Amino acid sequence: MQPIYDWFRDFYERTGINLTFIYDDFDRVRMIHGFFLTLELAIATIVLSILVGIAGAWLQGSKFVWMRRVVAAFISLFRNTPPLVQIYFFYFGLGYLLPRLPDGSGAMLPMVSNVEWAIISLSLFAGAFNIEIFRSGIEAIPKSTLEAATSFGLSRWLTYRLIVLPMAIRVCLPALGNNLVNLVKTTNLAYAIAVPELLYVSKQIWSDATNVREMMFFVLFAYLALVFVLVGLLNAIERRLAIPGFGQQGGH
Amino acid sequence: MLSYRDAFMPALRPSPPPTSHGLHHCFLRGCPKEAAAAFPPADGGLISPVRPQALRPSLRGRLPRAPSAHAHAGRPHAPHQASAGRWRAVRAIALGGAGLLLLALGAMAAAQPPAAIKASSLEVLIRWAPLLLWGFAFNILISIMAMGIGTVLGIPVGIAQLSRLPAVRTAASAVTQLFRNSPWLVLLFLCVFLLPFEIRAFGLRIPFPDWAKATMGFALPVMANTSEIARGAIQSVPTGQWDSARALGLTRRQCLYLVILPQCIKRMLPPWMNLYSLIAMSTVNASIVGVSEMITLTSQVHAAEGSRPELLAPLYAFALACFFVYCYPIGKWTQALERRYQVGL
Repeated sequence: MQPIYDWFRDFYERTGINLTFIYDDFDRVRMIHGFFLTLELAIATIVLSILVGIAGAWLQGSKFVWMRRVVAAFISLFRNTPPLVQIYFFYFGLGYLLPRLPDGSGAMLPMVSNVEWAIISLSLFAGAFNIEIFRSGIEAIPKSTLEAATSFGLSRWLTYRLIVLPMAIRVCLPALGNNLVNLVKTTNLAYAIAVPELLYVSKQIWSDATNVREMMFFVLFAYLALVFVLVGLLNAIERRLAIPGFGQQGGH
Repeated sequence: MLSYRDAFMPALRPSPPPTSHGLHHCFLRGCPKEAAAAFPPADGGLISPVRPQALRPSLRGRLPRAPSAHAHAGRPHAPHQASAGRWRAVRAIALGGAGLLLLALGAMAAAQPPAAIKASSLEVLIRWAPLLLWGFAFNILISIMAMGIGTVLGIPVGIAQLSRLPAVRTAASAVTQLFRNSPWLVLLFLCVFLLPFEIRAFGLRIPFPDWAKATMGFALPVMANTSEIARGAIQSVPTGQWDSARALGLTRRQCLYLVILPQCIKRMLPPWMNLYSLIAMSTVNASIVGVSEMITLTSQVHAAEGSRPELLAPLYAFALACFFVYCYPIGKWTQALERRYQVGL
């Protein structure tokens, strides 16, 4: 690897384009950690938000009016308020109210760390959107299909798991994909509560090495790469799950 | 409720209904006299702030409505439903806002300092509410400006995505995909840190303050998303419309401006309003780069009150409540428009 590092150091000498995160050991380690933290945030929030969406859509079909109202209130509160303020509210507001626990060396640590708060609040935010997406998928299923399932003697849970979910997921996959791409793009709001993810690390690096322009474009392209990988993955899933004659007929 | 074939029926009928200007008038626009008489200047509503109430008559005029019982089946109930829906919406806003305020109060109660020498959270909120609301108004201003700039830039880009010149088409979709897929916060950083703080032109120094740069940062994703919305809307118009407009001897440009785009407005409106709601909510991101909008002011207020941690929950809950009260009606309105237009087309 040394020749590559030397080449980029030399590249800086010749062109003035300073890519410290490649040739400088310290910056490189920071950058790799930041990248993996962003990846971790993305995966954790995607999984959790889908779980929130499934649970919410399930509860929305509940027999109890109050349960449905609680879910509706959750959706409108999280959809209509800025995710950044949600993160602040959770991290600063609620984080203060929770007790602090001693760690091994006797220091008092907050019960929920900033990374965890970021994951929780972003998952709830994207989950609120997912609930509506899943609901629209569930509503797309013909009533006769559900009646057929009932006449087979399937319980509500089994109908949901075996009939409703598999069909609904195929219907709402495009919208879900859109929302998940947005979620990955939003994970960098964790920057605001000092989660050392890609953007935060880049900011640290450009503060140290004053290479704002290079770092800025690198971050932009890193996120674009992440998004394109996700889009490719989602398209592959969509193709794989496609059932002939069901869902989007023939595309557009 | 109407198939597009019906759109051409009036022209074939022996006596077209005299009052309705159907779509056939669009095709007559080749003759200047007719056009001037039949149409108000098109598409002022394209860029102007969202006012579907103002748009509705012109849209209605442009869409053919066959005088069939089926077409008007749901009509008599519509006003009643609308007012009921409005009440529900008002109640929901009130409930939501009250809920968030209760949350704030609850947080205060939980976080009350034991010795009540310091001002309580409620007093702090009341004392600083004017300043915070001023900051909120600034958020709204930024969002409206970003939306305006982004829409003005985005619609031409969206049309260019469907150009017949491959170079223009490729460039337009590359720009769209680039700004649509990059994170908004990174675009904001890009604009705020890389744009100059003043522009020197013709010996003049035009200052370019932080908030203006941030507005540009929000306008870029708006541009890309509007471009996609415009492209989708144009592509969703059935090709029969293009063919028949061409058959009447309109050039491609005339087809686009006189026939296709007027129909696109109502298709674009709901997603465009969704986009506005999202951009309004993300204006708070500007606080990360130091623009003195609501959240920046909130943390300054917090510092001014002695940085007591128990104040944070009520202060941020107040900000949440402000945005909820602003964005919830927009969302409801969008849903109502979506429902109505679904029937209309």
